[in-house]
Amino acid sequence: MSDDPTNSGTLVRVDGVDKVFHRGEEAIHILSNLHLAVPAGQFLALMGPSGSGKSTLLNLIGGLDRPTKGTVAIAGERVDALSDRQLAGWRARHIGFVFQLYNLMPVLTAERNVELPLLLTHLSKVERQKHVATALAMVGLSHRAKHYPRTLSGGEQQRVGIARGIVTDPTLLLCDEPTGDLDRKAGDEILNLLQALNHEHGKTIIMVTHDPHAAARATRTVYLNKGQLSHEPVT
Amino acid sequence: MKFAHLIWGNLMRKKLRTALTLLTILVAFVLFGMLCAIKQALAGGVELARADRIVVRHKVSIIQLLPESYKARMARLPGVALAVHQTWFGGVYQDPKNFFMQTPVEPEEFLSMHPEFILAPAQKKAWLETRTGAVVGRTTAERFHWKIGDKIPITSPIWGRKTWEFDLVGIFDGRDKGTDTTPMFFRYDYFDEFRQSQNWGKGLVGWYTIRVKDPAKAAEVARLVDQEFENSPAETKTEPEGAFVQAWANQIGNIALIVAAILAAVFFTILLVTGSTMSQAVRERIGELGVLKAIGFTNGQLLRLVLAESCLLTVLGGGLGLGLAWVIIARGDPTGGLLPRFHLATGDLLVGAGLCLALGLLTGIFPALQAMRLRVADALRRM
Repeated sequence: MSDDPTNSGTLVRVDGVDKVFHRGEEAIHILSNLHLAVPAGQFLALMGPSGSGKSTLLNLIGGLDRPTKGTVAIAGERVDALSDRQLAGWRARHIGFVFQLYNLMPVLTAERNVELPLLLTHLSKVERQKHVATALAMVGLSHRAKHYPRTLSGGEQQRVGIARGIVTDPTLLLCDEPTGDLDRKAGDEILNLLQALNHEHGKTIIMVTHDPHAAARATRTVYLNKGQLSHEPVT
Repeated sequence: MKFAHLIWGNLMRKKLRTALTLLTILVAFVLFGMLCAIKQALAGGVELARADRIVVRHKVSIIQLLPESYKARMARLPGVALAVHQTWFGGVYQDPKNFFMQTPVEPEEFLSMHPEFILAPAQKKAWLETRTGAVVGRTTAERFHWKIGDKIPITSPIWGRKTWEFDLVGIFDGRDKGTDTTPMFFRYDYFDEFRQSQNWGKGLVGWYTIRVKDPAKAAEVARLVDQEFENSPAETKTEPEGAFVQAWANQIGNIALIVAAILAAVFFTILLVTGSTMSQAVRERIGELGVLKAIGFTNGQLLRLVLAESCLLTVLGGGLGLGLAWVIIARGDPTGGLLPRFHLATGDLLVGAGLCLALGLLTGIFPALQAMRLRVADALRRM
């Protein structure tokens, strides 16, 4: 099943994408002729079994990888046509990533971790500090700004990860199993936070998840199976 | 500068490993500083040698003496502006380990020949008026806590095998940083008078220093001097002051080559140790580097981050090592007189600083290229 790419206000447009990996002489088809359109302001859950290509699709949308065939456009810009250097700059401006294992720098405090994407901008130190304070306040961690990741709980670390993802006010927030390593309570807090970002701040979010409970928080869910979008229930 | 906390944080990630690597680099640069100071001490006089001075010694060996009467004959040769002589005294102060150079000289002419020794006019006047007077360099005066007016007993195993007593009338300083301020000079007339009483060695001197009128004709004057004393009982060998000092230093060996060989071995080892540390440090955080790339760091920025880290490591270790070497060397000649020009030259410090940076770049470049070439998706899977 393919998504209708003709909707107006479409932020993410994936057209006829194939992704093939090579292991020796063997070609492994991860995605085949995939189409997906995500309107601005949508909270999309991307579900599917392990190895179905969810993370690969997320990587293509986030400009971390390139399709073997087809096009990926974000806000009208062809991501698959950008050079490595252009892609790095584009990611810094448009994409916020939230990872399953938080992926914080253990040698930096929470506020320094959140500040990382801002180091790539021309903001002054004072301006960066303001943005960091705002992002930490939004995730409810202002009081933990000076703490190192090892002194934070899993849920708190993921909230720092989200603050890092949103601190540049990106066009799109990509979350790869953001609750996959958390217990139910901490996971619910993270999902509440993502919902609030979507509802209150209009942030467009694409979230990969195995968990139907997490997917239920999204405004729309699509399923990926054997490299193709197989079902798209309206939430 | 805005990446400073990230670079510092990564460096401090494994404190023990960083501390041990820093210590290794520090020791290497202390060794570098010490060897440079030894090289300066043994061969540094060559750099300070003047082009307008040539040295005349006995053709057979420096320990063979020359007649004092040669002085007048040298002075008559064309191109010679001034000729002065010195003689090795070989004395010690109180204990054999308190060795430093002493030579008898004719004060007025000697000071004119060696403007690198700065002596106050009042002290020069006192020296000219005191037959038993001696002047000593600042280093030796401070070493033995001597002050003007002291009576200095010096025992010579060569001249009379007795203790000579000198009146300290002056303390001189060096005009240039590398000037040797350890020797003591005393009056030739006092020295020769004693030799006359012993009926041994009177009228003989160790070597001559000649100032030529035109430095461009120094070689020609040297040839004239040697021709003048050809076929005499005491034939001469005349050479530029630099060559004389170099020959003196070469008695030990090719100092520069020995120092270079030791340092090459040390720095090759440091290259391997630091390179291994940096490679391991980068391998351990492939995933984190992937995250940095994901949030928008470019390949070039990652390359510079890793290089900055390796350079910070070597500059810190090397800087501390050079600083420690400087402190040790500033305390003076550790041999008690054998290395009078023992000091760390500015040029060697600059070479050391350059080595720190080069070491950082060399040890960081391969891990930095590895970080730069990471594929983000692959790196993130390794978190």
